[in-house]
Amino acid sequence: MLDEITIFPGIDKAGCKENFTYITLKAGETVSIVGPTGSGKTALITDIELLAQGDTSTKRRIIINGEMPADDIRYNPALKPIVMITQNTKCFADLTTEEFLQIHARARRIQDKKVIMDTIDLANNFTGEKIKKDTKVTVLSGGQTRSLLIADAILIGAAPIILLDEIENAGIFKQEVINLIHNAGKMVFFVTHDPVIALLTKTRIIMENGAVKNILYQNEPEIKAAQNLLELDKKIGNVREELRAGKAITFDFLAVNFAS
Amino acid sequence: MKLVIIAGPPSAGKTALTKQIVKRFKDEINIAFLKIDVVKAFEDIELRKEFGILTQKIYSGDLCPDHAGVMVLGDAVDWAEKSSADLLIVESAGLCLRCSPYLNQGLGIIVLSSISGIHAPEKMGAMVSLADIAVITKIDLVSQAEREVLIQKIKEVHTKIILMETNALQGNSLHRLYKLIEDSPDIDKDNLVLKGNPPLGTCTICVGKKEIGWKHHFGVIQKLDGPIADYLYRGE
Repeated sequence: MLDEITIFPGIDKAGCKENFTYITLKAGETVSIVGPTGSGKTALITDIELLAQGDTSTKRRIIINGEMPADDIRYNPALKPIVMITQNTKCFADLTTEEFLQIHARARRIQDKKVIMDTIDLANNFTGEKIKKDTKVTVLSGGQTRSLLIADAILIGAAPIILLDEIENAGIFKQEVINLIHNAGKMVFFVTHDPVIALLTKTRIIMENGAVKNILYQNEPEIKAAQNLLELDKKIGNVREELRAGKAITFDFLAVNFAS
Repeated sequence: MKLVIIAGPPSAGKTALTKQIVKRFKDEINIAFLKIDVVKAFEDIELRKEFGILTQKIYSGDLCPDHAGVMVLGDAVDWAEKSSADLLIVESAGLCLRCSPYLNQGLGIIVLSSISGIHAPEKMGAMVSLADIAVITKIDLVSQAEREVLIQKIKEVHTKIILMETNALQGNSLHRLYKLIEDSPDIDKDNLVLKGNPPLGTCTICVGKKEIGWKHHFGVIQKLDGPIADYLYRGE
């Protein structure tokens, strides 16, 4: 069982020690990691994914439930309590979607054959263009690839910690993904530039120059702001879908409600 | 003296991995490095400049690079020992995939890139199957799921290999590799032999006949649609 993970400080880009003693995050907690590009956001979640033990460029250490993770947990995907959705929108494996998922299910020691079609169905909820089981993963579009990888992380990775790197970039139905993940009771890390995602998480880690600069916790006005932005975001989403479908925008779309 | 032999296809990250190993150990022990290549290699100069370690290179030229490796490795071990090296790292050219350069002693490391294709580990035969350790590089370029798919494929083909993943440019999570190198016993230079079987002896192509088609060749030959001397042909 995963109860908590703890991040111990490493060094910033100049080699100076990070300014915190440790950060402990509990099961079910949602965390966003924000900061300019190049500030070390992806490096931080990569450290978590690799369960770094001072052996990455940041020199951070990550422990689980107060203990150093055993080699098995670090190197055996079947035992790894972490799934990560990277920014990659490309697969290189010369396999069909079905074969890809089958091998991954074997890697994660999942016996249930149903999980393959369930994963493809779930992926198809996140993307406008449907993925078929005999499509080669090498020809999937960026959005399809990410949808598939997210569905794969949820159903096949099925781990208590999910790391998501800039999920807003993929042209997928972001809201569906966020709802699903929020309701799964997992510890979720969002690396993000999206204000809605950042405001919807309980904890916000701010990065600068390769180091954790500050940690903020969601406050009352932020929850309110998040709701407003969410409405706005839905409208933008609708406009996006209309434009994608080749339609012209009418006056109806200009009426945007801001709650006060 | 310890011995590490690094093999793998071109551009997999062999040199990047070598640099991480050298960086890790150079302040504690003396390292000697040998690069075997066919036409051109710069690794020896790079490593000498960057880390000030002993380096050498050998061009195999018209000779098969693995063959060249076998021929010069004895000299290389003598050279490294005379220079009082504690660790000799040999980086092979990694070309035709028929053979593997690993010896019965020391560590054999295959370097594979995560983007080299899902079937590469199977196609590469002895270079993977006879290695002690497989290091998967460039993991920052693919998704976690795809990394796990590749690892699973390698494990299914080579159940005993020790697998590790890294971004060799940064040297992420290589502690385990360093530990294996530290723990590997010193070699006994009078008893070094190849782990794998060398290919069958001289063939007409090896001796330089350029004509195309089986009728110009004798010895170990195979037609496109099947063997004509199958008792000799063992290339598969």
